[in-house]
Amino acid sequence: MPHLDERSLHLRRLVIRAMKMGGRGHPGSALSIIEILRVLYDGILRVRPNEPDWPQRDRCILSKGHGCLGLYAILADCGFFPVEELDTFCHVDSRLGGHPELGKVPGVEASTGALGHGLSIGLGMALAARLNKTDSRIYVILGDGEINEGAVWEAAMSASKHGVGNLTAIVDYNKLQSYGPTEIVQPLEPLADKWRSFGFDVHEVDGHDVEKLGHLFNDLSSPGDAPRAVICHTVKGKGIPLAENNATWHHKSRLNESELAALQTALGAD
Amino acid sequence: MRRTCLDMVHQLARDDQRIVFIGSDLGAGVLQEMKDEMPERYFMEGVAEQNIIGMAAGMALCGIVPYVNTIATFITRRCFEQIAIDLCLQDLPVRLIGNGGGLVYAPLGPTHMAIEDIAIMRALPNMTVVVPTDADEMRRLMRASVAHPGPIYIRVAKGGDEVVSRDADGFEIGKSIRLRDGDDVALIGTGVMVARALGAAEILAESGVSAAVLNMHTVKPIDVTGIIDACADKRLVVTVEEHVATGGLGSAVADVLISHGGTMPRLRRLAIPDAFPENYGSQDALLERYGLQPSQIAAAVLDDLALAAAE
Repeated sequence: MPHLDERSLHLRRLVIRAMKMGGRGHPGSALSIIEILRVLYDGILRVRPNEPDWPQRDRCILSKGHGCLGLYAILADCGFFPVEELDTFCHVDSRLGGHPELGKVPGVEASTGALGHGLSIGLGMALAARLNKTDSRIYVILGDGEINEGAVWEAAMSASKHGVGNLTAIVDYNKLQSYGPTEIVQPLEPLADKWRSFGFDVHEVDGHDVEKLGHLFNDLSSPGDAPRAVICHTVKGKGIPLAENNATWHHKSRLNESELAALQTALGAD
Repeated sequence: MRRTCLDMVHQLARDDQRIVFIGSDLGAGVLQEMKDEMPERYFMEGVAEQNIIGMAAGMALCGIVPYVNTIATFITRRCFEQIAIDLCLQDLPVRLIGNGGGLVYAPLGPTHMAIEDIAIMRALPNMTVVVPTDADEMRRLMRASVAHPGPIYIRVAKGGDEVVSRDADGFEIGKSIRLRDGDDVALIGTGVMVARALGAAEILAESGVSAAVLNMHTVKPIDVTGIIDACADKRLVVTVEEHVATGGLGSAVADVLISHGGTMPRLRRLAIPDAFPENYGSQDALLERYGLQPSQIAAAVLDDLALAAAE
């Protein structure tokens, strides 16, 4: 596992900042996707923070909407909305809810939170890009627990049938869902073979290795003949030893003093 | 009515590049002409309603206007969460065309009869629910649907249904149509029950009871003014629907009358009982079993008027 650099630590501090101010959140699910998000938003996605509705943009859908603290952190850091707004997370009049909503948060491409919806929406966007004759690429970030949902596999079959090479399913494979290990709750293996058998061009990568993620997504930047699945091997709660691989950090409604101290030690300060 | 509806999708798509058709494993040859003429905008997907709704939502998020078609039960029950979140929460212009609303699929049993579809679609914020009364009205609705904001659920009847709508009345989503004036009773129907309400009004006239008939083709948003005007000074208001009483047209009309304040008119709701149908046969046979044919509607009205007089 590579060492987390300052940018990865900074984005994690933003996640924890929002969570502390909101008094709750899904830290484990957000921390496992930080490197995936930063690689996409820093160098892969053709998006315009000052023009979030630019029609020709690439789309990134966070289908595992409960990981939104990670998405909010990168969107704020990229300038889609002020970083200070993270302090309003889950407040009554905030735009930043416990799951991301289209039309409220600049840069959010779909309202997610009910699991298993994002890949179908992404498929529709990929087909629309074909109809509209744009070269938009669509990335959909799925949780490993999320792909228990049958609708994901309906979407996978259809995406394969349509040969949408501009669609990439990214699986955050942290091996922990809400109750416990995926291999106990709902075994997924052989996961790569599953996607392959549904007609996807499958790749596997260390989901915290910024260099490898960058190379892979760059290599895949031109659409192929088939939809792609990128299985990112990740660690739930990555970056905070207390939270790593700890199912009780899937969702937290409050942080005690010792947990806050552990966060400070792990992440440092800006 | 279904044929008219789908042909209209094709016709509208000729004039509007944003329109696509998405079916869920429909019958062989459906909309073949559209498929031949504009294959890139014709999608025949598998038996996967959840995916189809999400896919339509994704298209709509990129400026496409999808018309989605399958059997009414499957396009409402199976993918309810996708309709609620992907379409209604995001308020997207996706049109759901539900074949065989109500008791049309009587011989196929309760798995195929959509008797609560209006209720569950009506419960969703941002959803528009339209139940055209005949093929002519379907044509008017389809024209109006293109520019309508947000999702629409279109309940389609059997086909070959009696035409009672009139071109001269025009058509506007959310605005009911007074098809017959009357002083004593207001009959409010939706879909194919409008024709039966008109039949009941004819029978009532023979008994000296003057009944107005209101075509409530749009159940949501409900036409508040149309209901209040039609019910004013009536001895009895009767709603007639091919749907369970819970949450359907009668509920919507009751909501309006209760919220309006003033004197509540006497209201009777004629509907399907709160039970899954146990019989097969035909749509007409089941409507008769449930007391929803014209002579039965008229008899129910006369019974209620007699009851009211005795009270």
